[in-house]
Amino acid sequence: MNFIPRIPIGEWAESGIDWLTDNVAGLFDVISAIFNFLVGNLTYGLTALEPLVMIVILALIAWVVRSWQLAIGTAITFLIVLSMEQWVHMMETMALVLVATVVAVVIAVPVGILAASNRAVSSVVRPIMDFMQTMPAFVYLIPAVTFFSIGVVPGMVATIIFALPPGVRMTELGIRQVDGETVEAGEAFGASSWQILRGIQLPLAVPTIMAGVNQVIMLALSMGVIAGMIGAPGLGKEVVAAISSLDLALGVEAGLGVVILAVYLDRITAALGDSATYTKSALALVQKARARRATGAL
Amino acid sequence: MPPVISAEGLYKVFGRRPARGVEALRRGSTRDDLREDGLTAAVIDASFSVDPGEMFVVMGLSGSGKSTLIRMVNGLLPATAGTLDIGGQNLFSMSPAKVREVRRKRISMVFQHFALLPHRTVGENAAYGLEISGLNRSDREQKASTALEMVGLKGWEGYKPSALSGGMQQRVGLARALAAGTDILLMDEAFSALDPLIRRDMQDQLIELQQRLEKTILFITHDLNEAMRIGDRIAMMRDGRIVQIGTSEEILNEPANDYVAKFIQDVDRSRVLTASAIMEQPPEVLGSGQGPRTAHKLLRETQNSWLVVLHRDHTPAGMLLEDDVAEAVQAGRSDLPWSPPHEMHVVRHDTPIADLFAPSAQHRNPLVVVDDDGKFLGVVPRVTLLTAAGVAHEGSPSSPSSPGAPGDTVSATGSSTVTIDQEGSEAR
Repeated sequence: MNFIPRIPIGEWAESGIDWLTDNVAGLFDVISAIFNFLVGNLTYGLTALEPLVMIVILALIAWVVRSWQLAIGTAITFLIVLSMEQWVHMMETMALVLVATVVAVVIAVPVGILAASNRAVSSVVRPIMDFMQTMPAFVYLIPAVTFFSIGVVPGMVATIIFALPPGVRMTELGIRQVDGETVEAGEAFGASSWQILRGIQLPLAVPTIMAGVNQVIMLALSMGVIAGMIGAPGLGKEVVAAISSLDLALGVEAGLGVVILAVYLDRITAALGDSATYTKSALALVQKARARRATGAL
Repeated sequence: MPPVISAEGLYKVFGRRPARGVEALRRGSTRDDLREDGLTAAVIDASFSVDPGEMFVVMGLSGSGKSTLIRMVNGLLPATAGTLDIGGQNLFSMSPAKVREVRRKRISMVFQHFALLPHRTVGENAAYGLEISGLNRSDREQKASTALEMVGLKGWEGYKPSALSGGMQQRVGLARALAAGTDILLMDEAFSALDPLIRRDMQDQLIELQQRLEKTILFITHDLNEAMRIGDRIAMMRDGRIVQIGTSEEILNEPANDYVAKFIQDVDRSRVLTASAIMEQPPEVLGSGQGPRTAHKLLRETQNSWLVVLHRDHTPAGMLLEDDVAEAVQAGRSDLPWSPPHEMHVVRHDTPIADLFAPSAQHRNPLVVVDDDGKFLGVVPRVTLLTAAGVAHEGSPSSPSSPGAPGDTVSATGSSTVTIDQEGSEAR
């Protein structure tokens, strides 16, 4: 096998990363400061209130967007987390996941829109997304640590990269799926591309985009736990601690916290994307009452 | 008046480097030749013009290129070759911004599957075109409400389209086009997705709206009966080419080729042909100032058993019968021996012949056909009607054996050069 030369791809990547560390350090510092600021403040906000008050608020959110059943389930399961003394860790993880999701969506949606409207962009973006999604998640942790040292920021960055692809894919899919005749109607009435995007394509793609956001959150949550290995605070750190000390009790409790948080975030975002299905949500009830008043007034 | 839409030699070829397809077609290649080359010729050398206030129907089966054609008229698809003028301005040489302006101000469109925006209410959908034009909210809501009222959807503004039936949704689509206030309406198979009863309703409503609003309408359909029912003129399309343009009667009576002839076999001709198409000129008419002797002379000369009498303004005055006239002459009377008033049945020129049978059966005499102003045009003897019906029943495309070119305007007086045909003598 000597005739195949050894191609040092790994070394090239390493020297590339080294070059970045040496030359773009300023940018990394800025990113670091911003993420620290966002996650720090959100964590502070989530933990500043008395946990019981916070549970009531989160349960109310569940009722507003989905149903009173979810609200009750939320209250019960979050009380369990509180009694397991994992509440603060769960809020830390939640802050990490939420910030990572927001950043990922802010990047993913415009990229998805571009990919949907331009075939060339789409064919470039697709393999990059494949790469980002299939590369083992742990690998991202290494450059993240070189760039940002340990803590919440490298965890965030690795989480964003890992969670980004479904957001891009589903946005592209959602916009491409919009009925061609509807877009044509916009053109036929003289709408500009921007008016068609804002008034027709995006609103009609919302359910698909929200399904993508839901995926982003789920991936961010799983990655957020892995990020515990490089010192990101939260349930992940507890899980890593449990592994290193073979503490089954702690592992189960931290793991349960992850499950409960995952279910909550999943149900909420699923309902946001498909509000028509949840006719018993407080939001739907309010809208129905308003519509009735509007037609009654005519 | 100059035409609102005029198309000259339009081509649309899909595929790589479509211009070479146009060249090949002009040299005489067929559609199939192009297909082997990987090109699809959707529209080939289409020329037509639509006059202001006209309902112009493009009729063809799926794949005939009619949907492509309508999309070239508002520039949704750019033509590969040819010119298209909207109100005298060439659409294809305009900047994209100018084309959008034309779409906002002059052309609106109704779609086969309605193409309503499901996330907006009916009122917001109807106001869509105005919103795009940048009209303020209260004005556009008011105009949308007016348009919705016109199509019979008053009070539905607050509902989502999904709450409406198919027919109602298409009314919203129509209201959206009307609210935009454009003078041209493109309708792409607008009623094809509706069930037959509702389709008929919508056709009636469209005809009524067009008469009231004087819109210029380009209507696409694959349903020949629909085309015949609503179209002022019809363009028949086949395999990308327009094979014939004409009124429904012209197409029925003089199909341009076998394809059109085959197509119109199934049409219920008695619903499409009107009294003016089958009526004939009586050999002679009598002025109402004349006496019975003149009448007697005319009847003898023409060997007819009846005689139409006209006022000075060409409105029919009455009908004289041979026996009555002979009696009056013998009795030496000087006034005309009118047959009872109910013996003269007057029909308008645009009455479908299906509606002529009942009156014809009740009257011995021919039906009298008048124009919109009540002036005399001609007569329909019973035999002529039955002959036309026989042809209609057989569905043969050959023209019914009525004399004179159908649809020609017939002057009431001064035509003494009429041969006495068989129907005339049989009608005794």
